[in-house]
Amino acid sequence: MSTHSKKIRCCNTVGVKIGVLALQGNVSEHIGAFERALKCMEREDQSSVFPIKQPAELQGCDALAIPGGESTTISRLIDKNQLHEPIRKFHGGIFATCAGMVLVATCVDNPRVHPIGLIDMTVNRNAFGRQRESFEADLVMDCITGGPFHAIFIRAPVGTEVGKGVNVLARIDRGIVAVEYGKHMALAFHPELGSDTRLHELFLKKNGI
Amino acid sequence: MKLEELRFGTELLKRGFASMQKGGVIMDVINAEQAKIAEEAGAVAVMALERVPADIRKAGGVARMADPEKVTGIIDAVSIPVMGKVRIGHFVEAQVLEALGVDMIDESEVLTPADEQYHIDKKKFTVPFVCGARDLGEALRRIHEGAAMIRTKGEAGTGNVVEAVRHMRAIMGSIRALKGMNRQEMIDYAREIEAPAELVIECSERGRLPVVNFSAGGIATPSDAAMMMQLGADGVFVGSGIFKSSNPQMMARAIVEAVNHYDDAKVIARVSRGLGDAMPGLDVHTLKEDQVLQYRGR
Repeated sequence: MSTHSKKIRCCNTVGVKIGVLALQGNVSEHIGAFERALKCMEREDQSSVFPIKQPAELQGCDALAIPGGESTTISRLIDKNQLHEPIRKFHGGIFATCAGMVLVATCVDNPRVHPIGLIDMTVNRNAFGRQRESFEADLVMDCITGGPFHAIFIRAPVGTEVGKGVNVLARIDRGIVAVEYGKHMALAFHPELGSDTRLHELFLKKNGI
Repeated sequence: MKLEELRFGTELLKRGFASMQKGGVIMDVINAEQAKIAEEAGAVAVMALERVPADIRKAGGVARMADPEKVTGIIDAVSIPVMGKVRIGHFVEAQVLEALGVDMIDESEVLTPADEQYHIDKKKFTVPFVCGARDLGEALRRIHEGAAMIRTKGEAGTGNVVEAVRHMRAIMGSIRALKGMNRQEMIDYAREIEAPAELVIECSERGRLPVVNFSAGGIATPSDAAMMMQLGADGVFVGSGIFKSSNPQMMARAIVEAVNHYDDAKVIARVSRGLGDAMPGLDVHTLKEDQVLQYRGR
């Protein structure tokens, strides 16, 4: 699970570059999941997925993933590394999972998180309770074909309200667990922990990859 | 989505929780006030304890699970995950911590062992466990019992990183050595280190332990923490190192930043400036055999 990068260059095509915010959390799993997704889409030869920590590294990315981890910690490190504004102004799509969904929201129930405000939504952290209440469930999502998505919720957040233009992709009794907004996607669960890459692929397609 | 279709406490959820801690610092705390300082500094989780290991050494006697009132006070004070320690083999202390809502249980050699033969059967629990290990065999035995996370033991409460280094090098070195072995040799090696062969083979395929591996036991400075990350740790536990230093707020923040930028010496140099005194250290060689915590459990 150590961080690693894969770069394969091809002479005729322009590769896509996917950055994974590597401040804390499930970074290498996202890199692995995007690599598998690119392989399924037969785009792996032209592309690279790599961890990023510094604002300058964002410039070279076509898309960015903000992985799960501890949202208060990642929020603090985003500020420490002066990434808040660069991420807010980032030109590409953002794929945010769990803690990532908390960070891209406009409003969060905890003052220790300084949200980036990329997706107009209100999010509650740890909405299901403690780790013993973490769960796996099959989620019906109209945005993908091939049956329900097996979703892994770990001390997960939920969205309680979304603003205009934000499209809800999945909702359960406690609230909203998946949304899209323009090129961005935010999920309360962890698609990178399983082997199903349909949501990673959907994100890549939304971003013209 | 119907409630009866949800699955709780699976191996994936347990290992997934541990995975979310990667690149983070887990700090020992003994009250709500310390827990808030840790959260504010950017800890990914806190370990709720009756005493930090340095004070457990001083106090002597039997060290047990913390008072549930203390654990609950810490749970209520912070929004980050709260972990708690139980004695090796003490499955009822573990049941109690699970009932209190602790997010991960540390079956720890820092407390006095309750069972010299068996560790806790961790697969029976909904909540995930972390266990200490000094070498690959010990780590894989704990994973086989259901541990979702390993921490190298080091020597807790000493402020001396030497044992943490020894144990991390032992585990990483053994995994590297697997690369040169064929299947037959790996099965033979598994017998030698008293570990399940399938887990040895899994380590060889992944080039790492099948679960997250943190470093613990003696980390007292930002440089200590960064060194353990460079040696291959996925994150660090800091026990006495924060609240036994002269400026816990600054030390806690500095260690979080050092772990984040563990391969950037300039950042480590910056955050290490003017931190005041680190915790007073102990020479591990002066400890009597019964004072060496890492020998507990095997």
